[in-house]
Amino acid sequence: MRRYAKRGAAPAARSARGRATREARARFDAVTRATIADRPLHEWLDDYQAVEQEWHRWAHDDLGDAEAWRDAVADVRRHTIAHLDHYLAEFADNVERSGGRVFFAADAREAREYVAGVARRKGTRRVVKVKSMVSEEIGLDAALEALGAEVTETDLGAYIAQLAGERPYHITGPAIHMRLPRLRELLSRAAGEDLREEPDALAASARRTLRDKFLTADLGVSGANFGVASTGTVVLVTNEGNGRMTTTLPPTHVVVMGMERLVPDWRSLEPLLTMLPRAGTGERMTAYVNAITGPRREGDVEGPDELHVVIVDNGRSRILGTKYEPVLQCIRCGCCADFCPVYRTMGGHAYDSVYTGPIGAVLTPLLDGLEGREHLPFASTLCGACDDACPARVPLSDLLLELRSDVAGSAAEPRSRALGFEGFAAVSARPRLWDLLLGAAGRLGRCVTRVSQAAPRFAPTGRLRCAPRVVRAWTDSRDLPAPAPASFRRLWRRRPRAASAGERR
Amino acid sequence: MITCLGDALYPQVGVAAVKVLEALGVEVDFPAGQVCCGQPAFNSGYREEARRSARAYLRAFATSEHVVSISGSCAAMVRRQYPVLFEGRPGEAAARALAARTYEFSEFLVDVLGVDKLPVRHEARVTLHHSCHTRRHLGVVEQPERLLGMVEGLEYVALPRAEECCGFGGTFAVKMPDISSSLVDDKVEHVIETGADELLGLDMSCLMNIGGRLRRRGSGVRVRHLAELLAGGWGR
Repeated sequence: MRRYAKRGAAPAARSARGRATREARARFDAVTRATIADRPLHEWLDDYQAVEQEWHRWAHDDLGDAEAWRDAVADVRRHTIAHLDHYLAEFADNVERSGGRVFFAADAREAREYVAGVARRKGTRRVVKVKSMVSEEIGLDAALEALGAEVTETDLGAYIAQLAGERPYHITGPAIHMRLPRLRELLSRAAGEDLREEPDALAASARRTLRDKFLTADLGVSGANFGVASTGTVVLVTNEGNGRMTTTLPPTHVVVMGMERLVPDWRSLEPLLTMLPRAGTGERMTAYVNAITGPRREGDVEGPDELHVVIVDNGRSRILGTKYEPVLQCIRCGCCADFCPVYRTMGGHAYDSVYTGPIGAVLTPLLDGLEGREHLPFASTLCGACDDACPARVPLSDLLLELRSDVAGSAAEPRSRALGFEGFAAVSARPRLWDLLLGAAGRLGRCVTRVSQAAPRFAPTGRLRCAPRVVRAWTDSRDLPAPAPASFRRLWRRRPRAASAGERR
Repeated sequence: MITCLGDALYPQVGVAAVKVLEALGVEVDFPAGQVCCGQPAFNSGYREEARRSARAYLRAFATSEHVVSISGSCAAMVRRQYPVLFEGRPGEAAARALAARTYEFSEFLVDVLGVDKLPVRHEARVTLHHSCHTRRHLGVVEQPERLLGMVEGLEYVALPRAEECCGFGGTFAVKMPDISSSLVDDKVEHVIETGADELLGLDMSCLMNIGGRLRRRGSGVRVRHLAELLAGGWGR
């Protein structure tokens, strides 16, 4: 046991860090419990997953050999990540060659300041946004609003989440948790009129409001689904046409993208464009696929006068070359959440992050730091549903396990837990000690059984009122079987025949 | 491979598995050096501790021809994670070798023994929870269903949303008890929906979770391992 003595920080350091950890866990538990207690929401999320999963299956069966397509996506992503420096340089060169400007932002602050600088220079009053995951990650809205600009999300779901002042609930469905009455309330307030509680009426109203924003915006901010290195092209897929509006109508277009979002060339884009909509929304393709190469050129009817591409690192390069590198294969389809029973149960806001679902549980601690997020890698039963669904073969369960081992070795890990596992490991290497413990447990089991038969009031079977917290965490909702009066190994020893074979070691 | 849970709480499953295997002509040994595969420690991030448990396993089963586990999840731990756990360390070759000859119970019967008929009779309406690691890590889906198909008098009803986790997840069940309890409630609803008399499984940990919740809710559905059903109805 001495071998493990150095694990865990000095008590003072542990208690300071322990506080952040405990507070974050308390917030997590509060959100989780609220989601579970809200039965209509529980059923709503249950239905959403059932529908998404059905569409996902349909879209994959439709492909024929979906596994081969997943391999192709994973190959492209792995290759790109392995040669990211090369493709970043090629992409940047080609963006500049086609008249765009490139800025490499080391962190969120640099990215915010660059975009705010563009907005200030242009005297920006109105900003429209599309595909804004990374801009959300870097906190861009607040920086632009500090300049006095009005910022509007134009993806219907993101727009609704913005009206509600909420973080996105899901990577591709930011407002997936909201039902009609709430949508009516939010959109009515935005429109300044009492709207009917009908999807068409609500969507039409949002469309009118957003149309005006598109026509009057002086800055368009978009993310990028992919950047094609060979031509310096930014590719956006959308279903609402807002991608095209945002990137063509305002005189200035700023792309804010994660540094890993590249593909080498158009041929390698094919599997990605094939699988992203099928995995994300269960459809063959999206209504719009935009490919933007540079700003408006002479003779172009439309397009911005200026194109800026902000390539954001913000913790990504730190992941390169580590055991966590496969997380960069992610193409942000969000389907890991669609298949995750834990996501459905605790809800998207429990992740307290831009990134939700299993990928959020992996990515958030990696980008923002493990401290205060130690619970996220444990928000999974390791059932593997996400691994099976992921179009880019991100090994989510394995990455969660790696993070768990980092947590176990961190200063936030309670010594008592470490001792528990060390003790169990010691027992598991000593079968005779284990046998003795089983014997004791068996006697205890017989005793509990006898008491519960004689006086069920004091010890109803399976319910232990005065047990340690870890046991009550089980028995509060589930019966716990009593230890068997005789363990298997004891029964085996008593076997009349072949017992000698069993005693061999 | 009896598993720590099976040893302490469910010895009857091991007894049943031995009965079935011996009836099928298999010579069964129980190396007493085995305790726990190390999965609880591994899944909680305690890899050195997991390796300690695992090393005892490697020693215990060093001379076994085939290792049959009554838990799909423990079999998956050996098959999928032991090679990871010992990668580039002493014991890697032994870990890979043990991984290659470790099987889940129903998988062993169908894929190794080639069982295609069973002298088993049992009259009941049953449903089956495959368990996530058995399904996804071992790829064992059809095998238990085929075995059930060989049982005379049995009516098998597929569990709705069969591929979904029951919410056990090892230490997850006590680390995140709210989420775990909600998930097992969803699973219990599906079990009750089938109208089955019995819920069968290939892993007592999941069954402890689902069964514990069923009992708490006062349900009369009988919960047991597939091996228990086969042993109980053998030769009838």
